[in-house]
Amino acid sequence: MRYPYYPGCSVGGTAKAYEESLLAVLERFDLGLDELDDWNCCGASAAPSIDEDRAIALSARNLALAEERAEDSAPVDLLTPCAGCYRALLAAQRSLAEQPAVARRIDGALQAVGLRYERRVHVRHVLDVLANEVGTEAISAAVTRPLDGLKVACYYGCLLVRPNATFDDERNPTSMDRLMEAVGAEPLDWPLKTRCCGGSCYGADPFSGTTPQGALSLSYALLREASRRGADAVVTACPLCQFNLEAFQGEMTRTFGTPIDLTVGYVTQFVGLALGLPERRLGIHRMLRWRLPEREPVAAEGGVHARA
Amino acid sequence: MRRNGSRGKVKSQTEFEARLDPGFAAEIAAEVPDGDRLLGCLQCGTCSGACPLSMYMDLTPRRVIELTRAGARDEVLGSSTIWVCASCYACTVQCPKQIPITELMHAFRRRAFEAGAYPRRFTNPVMTRELVAMAEERGRSTESWIAMKAYLRTDPLQLLKHAVVGLRLMLRGRMSFKRESIRDRRQLAELLRALEAAPAAPGPAPSEPTAREPVPAREGAR
Amino acid sequence: MREPERDRASRPPSPNGGPRIGVYVCHCGLNIAGKVDVQAVVDFAATLPNVAVARDYRFMCSDPGQDLIEQDLRDGLINRVVVASCSPLMHEATFRRATAEGGTSPFHFQMASIREHVSWVTADADEATEKAKALVAGAVRRVALHEYLEPRQASVNADVMVVGGGIAGIHAALTMADAGKHVFLVERESTIGGHMAKFDKTFPTLDCAACILTPKMSQVRSHPNITLWTYSDVVSVEGYTGDFTVRVRHRPRYVIEELCTGCFECIEKCIHKQGKFDDEFNEGLGKRKPIYIPFPQATPSVVVVDPETCIWFKTGKCPQTCVEACERDAFDFEQQETFDEVKVGAIVLATGFKTFDAARAPEYGYGTYPNVYTSLEVERLLNAAGPTGGEPILRDGTRPRSVGIIHCVGSRDERYNAYCSRVCCMYSLKLAHLVKERTGAEVYEFYIDMRAAGKGYEEFYDEILKEGTHLIRGRVAEVTDEAISPEEEGRLVIRAEDTLMGVVRRIPVDMVVLAVGLEPQSDAQEVRRLFNISCGGEGFFTERHPKLAPVSTFTDGVFLAGACQGPKDIPDTVAQAGAAAAEALAMVDRGYVMLEANTAFIDEAACSGCKTCVGLCPFGAIAFDEERKKAAVNEVVCKGCGICVGACPSGAAQQHLFTDAQIFAEIEGVLEYV
Repeated sequence: MRYPYYPGCSVGGTAKAYEESLLAVLERFDLGLDELDDWNCCGASAAPSIDEDRAIALSARNLALAEERAEDSAPVDLLTPCAGCYRALLAAQRSLAEQPAVARRIDGALQAVGLRYERRVHVRHVLDVLANEVGTEAISAAVTRPLDGLKVACYYGCLLVRPNATFDDERNPTSMDRLMEAVGAEPLDWPLKTRCCGGSCYGADPFSGTTPQGALSLSYALLREASRRGADAVVTACPLCQFNLEAFQGEMTRTFGTPIDLTVGYVTQFVGLALGLPERRLGIHRMLRWRLPEREPVAAEGGVHARA
Repeated sequence: MRRNGSRGKVKSQTEFEARLDPGFAAEIAAEVPDGDRLLGCLQCGTCSGACPLSMYMDLTPRRVIELTRAGARDEVLGSSTIWVCASCYACTVQCPKQIPITELMHAFRRRAFEAGAYPRRFTNPVMTRELVAMAEERGRSTESWIAMKAYLRTDPLQLLKHAVVGLRLMLRGRMSFKRESIRDRRQLAELLRALEAAPAAPGPAPSEPTAREPVPAREGAR
Repeated sequence: MREPERDRASRPPSPNGGPRIGVYVCHCGLNIAGKVDVQAVVDFAATLPNVAVARDYRFMCSDPGQDLIEQDLRDGLINRVVVASCSPLMHEATFRRATAEGGTSPFHFQMASIREHVSWVTADADEATEKAKALVAGAVRRVALHEYLEPRQASVNADVMVVGGGIAGIHAALTMADAGKHVFLVERESTIGGHMAKFDKTFPTLDCAACILTPKMSQVRSHPNITLWTYSDVVSVEGYTGDFTVRVRHRPRYVIEELCTGCFECIEKCIHKQGKFDDEFNEGLGKRKPIYIPFPQATPSVVVVDPETCIWFKTGKCPQTCVEACERDAFDFEQQETFDEVKVGAIVLATGFKTFDAARAPEYGYGTYPNVYTSLEVERLLNAAGPTGGEPILRDGTRPRSVGIIHCVGSRDERYNAYCSRVCCMYSLKLAHLVKERTGAEVYEFYIDMRAAGKGYEEFYDEILKEGTHLIRGRVAEVTDEAISPEEEGRLVIRAEDTLMGVVRRIPVDMVVLAVGLEPQSDAQEVRRLFNISCGGEGFFTERHPKLAPVSTFTDGVFLAGACQGPKDIPDTVAQAGAAAAEALAMVDRGYVMLEANTAFIDEAACSGCKTCVGLCPFGAIAFDEERKKAAVNEVVCKGCGICVGACPSGAAQQHLFTDAQIFAEIEGVLEYV
């Protein structure tokens, strides 16, 4: 089966490896992605700060296109890898459902350009699909190179579970942890699973050079705590989170004095490695830093649970 | 913390009613669904406690709500708070009165933009504007361009600082300077224009949804 | 001194005993007369059919006013009364009494509200007068059709029942028993005492809870008028006000209560050398054996055997050293549950509360971090008879150097309970004092508002402040083990905005105490259905009126006492229990209850046996005779709500004082004039 796919703007740029590894992992389970033709930017967290209606309109166009591209009038599962896009699409759906005045304006505007949104779209995040559609059992059964003993800090970020927890618990989500367990890794227990990384502030210090705090400190706090707890790597499910955590570690070390040097990857990359997929297909070569502890290459049939 | 008299002179800090805007709270509340819950704020401070960036704000989120209730429009719209906010919703999910704080922050930002009152050296407001402008005009946002524009406007030195990272990303195929765009930019532009023309109906609306007519096929739209 | 009345008798009384109506229009000072032309209304009333007398008076509700009615009745001029004045809620009872005093049924009376419905709400005087006339015309037409109904009584059984043996139930039971009534006190746990028995000290006096409670518990045990049934629950309640039949189940302790002296030998000799199972009384902090007495002063002091954990029940293989140890031969492992059925006239519900489950607020780390406790758990730690002998120590046995107490856990929160639980500010101050006293720790208390409204409470707050407890106004956002400074390593960190200082603070502590709020018991809905009362939105039992009738319910004969009606502290609980006892006693001592006259009845001839009414009756007042296929209303239980009347497809269900004929007559009276 092929999922209608809304990639979001980051996936073509800094998060290229996310899409590559996602495609590779899905293919292993006979799933594919059909990129929504001519999708537009969702406006991220920025659009509501300019104009609410227009922000909803950006997402509404994508939702209408998703329905249009679908073959029949059944509900459409629209897959997206980015937490920011996930939030924007869901927020638009909620506004359309709960505020009749907004719905009238948006539906009217859509109609004016020959589009129509019938409320048939079900927005799904990659993490949701991997954990709940593909499922940890199927993934575990397909593992050939378990990530034995790899200590990982599963980082969900804020928008996957807030403002509304849809497919996982708001305070203590576990879908990524279960996926990591299923591939043989050891997810760490840590309190910062959903603490914001500063993604919407674009990671770099949002203030002038005189106050190198702010968003940088948020990402730093996450990486420091993960290191303290012995993480070998941080696993993420959002392009902005991954970028924030990965790209500024040098600056963090300089600014805060504590050496930070952690591998930060996408959940699809870690799953892909355990499935025995080649690193190149998972975009590992694109990462700014990638150093995992040595593992014995052990091939096992039937995945983690089949090993004695 | 502000200190009165630290420069040898003391100033009266009494807040007089004439300076405050009694309609401010209602005005903001009307723009946000369930915004009127801010009137029930207990001033408990949970929002500030939950906010991962509150220690960097000049006014904690709690104070922003109180100042809004009191009508101190200038303090609120001129604060760094609304731009330091990362829209992470930690405050909103923990608020015991379920005040939609993050959405209120967005409303404050909209007002601040309208009033032209935002800190020019913060990258956040500049990035926000650039990203949305690009998204609306071209239908896509190109990270590299947005970052560049933002830094050029606020702190060009940052560009240099991040040049190395930028180069490494480029070499790995993760940074492109090609400006992305959708094909049907006209459709997007018309969609947004149609929205402008739609009659705005602020406040609670009648409960009947619009009857949906079949959409006529449009030539060349797809 | 009566004012001269204006006589407007215009027709002779009808000769054959038909209705002769007296219409009395009240001025109510200027309340009515200031807007309505009273004279015109009186003149109009005199022209209406069957009206024998039409008068007006300044204040009909006064003695002279009522005398007018009584005298006309006694003189035989009238046999029906219409008063056009205020509203039934105000004075229907007054005028019904006057009507009865005059010698006829109090229900030969109808009121027309020309104050609340006319003079107070109509701007134009002419319109008001016309409207008053129309309402009077309606009332006159209607009252002509009122039946002769006698006010009825039912007698009240002299025994009473109290459900729940906490401080509320204990006080209510003792009060009624001292008044000479026989009281059945039913308690679900194996001992009475409720939550108060768990506390160490009580605020604001710091009295030892057990010291003030246990004497009352012994009094209950030894009172000749109290039948104490513990380890028991109510399984059904039948009957009605003044005559309840209650079925009580006694769960088996596997020990014969009358023989056990509470000597503890069997517990000593149990083959389990140590306690192994979570001790419920100690909030799961201690361990008990399968055979136990919850606490030393348990009343009755009788052992309980827990079949879930006792080896004899699990495997059948046990030397039963307990039986051997018992000198009184009090064991009976074959014991079955038994039942008792009693008749009582009044019931006092005192079923208490439960605390908010702190696991529902994961941001505080309860269940995640070992040293996060609830307030009730800390009470047990502080209690000398508790699992740590009165030492508030951490899980690893060490003393905390600093303790954080967090207010409003599960209270004042839209996500859980919107209400304030009323006692937590005070008990948190108390815990702060006790913990500081026993450990010397730095104590930080995080609150939103400090609610210290009782006698001696504000002074207590002042004492705690003076002792150096850090009171921080700021609701805690999270308890975490993330350490960002050296002082935080290995400790729990409380993050909150200190709203008075205006900064966000991170305070490392060793122990966190959550001031959990009070909630209704988890089975409150089942219990309320058993007793035929209602629960409010938050789940507490609903009182008849929040201000003026806080201990009675809408079911006559069922009273409320204590936290089951809403969160409250011990002084208010005891006061309420006394009040409930007094109202129950008033009912029982009077010996009878007045029944509603506007009950429903079923015209058997018209009843088609469709049973629509039976299930609809919220009070279970309609019985169905399967053989004759007819429904019948128990007029003693019927509250006159009218649901069956409205639902009956054949019009067989009708209601006294609201028959179709009466209602249509009233409508016609109004319309004809209008």
